[in-house]
Amino acid sequence: MPTVLDRLNLALHYAMETDERVTMLGEDILDPYGGAFKVTRGLSTKFPKRVLTTPISEAAIVGVANGMALRGLRPVVEIMFGDFVTLIADQLVNHSSKFRWMYNDQVRVPVVVRTPMGGRRGYGPTHSQSLEKLFLGVPGLKVVAPNALGDPAELLAAAIADDDPVLFVEHKLLYARPLLEPGKGDLIDFQVEQTGGAYPAFTLRPADSARLTIACYGYNFELARAAALDLLMEHEIFVEIVLFSQLSPFDLAPLFSSLVRTRKLLTVEEGTLSLGWGAEVAARAVERMDGLRVRRVAALDLPVANAKSLEDAILPSVQDIVNAALSLVS
Amino acid sequence: MDHNFALYKTMLLIRRFEERLLSEFSTGKLVGTTHAYIGQEADAAGIFSVTEPEDVVFSNHRCHGHFLAYGGEPYRLAAELMGRATGLVGGRGGSQHIHWRNFYSNGIQGGIVPVATGMALAEKVRATGKITLVFIGDGTLGEGALYESLNIAALWKLHILFVLEDNRHAQTTPVEKGVAGSMSGRFAAFGIPVWERDTTDVLDIRSAADETVRAVRSGAGPASLILHTYRFSAHSKGDDPRSPEELVRIRQFDPLTVHGARLTAEECTKAESEVDAVINDAFVRADADPFPVLGNQVRR
Repeated sequence: MPTVLDRLNLALHYAMETDERVTMLGEDILDPYGGAFKVTRGLSTKFPKRVLTTPISEAAIVGVANGMALRGLRPVVEIMFGDFVTLIADQLVNHSSKFRWMYNDQVRVPVVVRTPMGGRRGYGPTHSQSLEKLFLGVPGLKVVAPNALGDPAELLAAAIADDDPVLFVEHKLLYARPLLEPGKGDLIDFQVEQTGGAYPAFTLRPADSARLTIACYGYNFELARAAALDLLMEHEIFVEIVLFSQLSPFDLAPLFSSLVRTRKLLTVEEGTLSLGWGAEVAARAVERMDGLRVRRVAALDLPVANAKSLEDAILPSVQDIVNAALSLVS
Repeated sequence: MDHNFALYKTMLLIRRFEERLLSEFSTGKLVGTTHAYIGQEADAAGIFSVTEPEDVVFSNHRCHGHFLAYGGEPYRLAAELMGRATGLVGGRGGSQHIHWRNFYSNGIQGGIVPVATGMALAEKVRATGKITLVFIGDGTLGEGALYESLNIAALWKLHILFVLEDNRHAQTTPVEKGVAGSMSGRFAAFGIPVWERDTTDVLDIRSAADETVRAVRSGAGPASLILHTYRFSAHSKGDDPRSPEELVRIRQFDPLTVHGARLTAEECTKAESEVDAVINDAFVRADADPFPVLGNQVRR
């Protein structure tokens, strides 16, 4: 099976081949280097005029993309590390996401900002974070994250085709992962349901009735599956997993369907716990269903440390998910 | 003679529009805030007398003068400022956030500059022949995004004109306390040619603007136009720490007086009456227009 990286790279090649408005911008994205994580590999060789390597100027790169989008192009920006999204916050919050609304729907801003997030590679406090939560709930901005189950190529193609700005969050550990196939491997005992739309959600239903629902996105789906396997083998607990591709705006319909069956929600994310994705998911779920029980698994409210022993202790683990699940069903 | 009259009338239109606007705050027809262009009219009138209608413009919080000189309709602007559905952007943007044809504005210092730079890139890629103008002030010189953009615009030889209107104050902070070193040196450091004028004479400004616009349109790369000017009114409303003596002193540079001396008394009267009619019509019509309703605007 192709890897997530293969599919993302293919989507960029396809977008540039099929739409001459698509333009890449980013730091160190030219061949032979092809970007820090190689997602843009091969593009500058094939499309030298439309792949622009930039100075180290994250704010300006996204600003330039906004201007290009307002004037008829479809720029795709790579921000080398997700940690640097702090530098583009003004452009995303006060420009990209604002123009369409504040100009009374007279313009569109088809910008995609792709960026690798996440830790577990020993990169330390400023190259390991999951900062997407800072951009959830910004009106006019979509936040989307690929995973190994849905096709990352289709997801990125949808983002590039979107007339509104999209922050596209790629977890670093996903790049090397082969795509999953429903009915195979550790998915063999799950029935997979997929919502329609550009950024689908997936519901994994086990063979027997589930006692809780795990909500997650991106790389944490890998941990959630491992936890589900452990819960089944060691504790005979079946779980449903709802896997989101679109983080913001929040569209939780498939989760609500699952919670009607289980009435217990466990959210899993790699960003810090406080005011995270899970907090908003849990709040919306509880507002909708009286008597719902909830647990959140997330990173400790600390910077991500460099040493592996510390990083492992700070970021959520499979065992953390198992423990939270057991506490939820007890 | 005709173009002298046209330049005067443009400046007068801006002056009377802004005066009417400020007066409407006291009548309660306007809410929020505004940033008047009074005193700086020669900059916009001079520059837009040498640009093409299809050129792309990105303006800032003090955008009314630019918009009117660009050819924007006073009525639509007035309606926007009064929060009416017929406003330029349906009442969503207000004073600092407007868009019409190829004119855009946003209220974020610095952040507008890379956006304009991207617009210039798009026009270059699409080979439209349009140039892009972006308006900044002395206060913008404190923002890092500006320098990122100058670097990129110079590297990629974009057809963009950076217009720096130095009105000597960033809100209440005098330029001596906000800007170190040289203004022109900031552009020169990136290899961007500089035209610099310390004048409120619209003909001088027009002449300098003509040279810079030609330079940019030639495709050689970006250029900058630094115009040292005077803002007669407060930054927005009532935030003006300058002394009464200073406010009187700078009135000697009133661009309407400077350029008005070239017109006959009859021409000045004619301009006044034509402008008054336009402004009165704009505000009266706008005042009769409906307020926007959220339900009609929300899209999911």
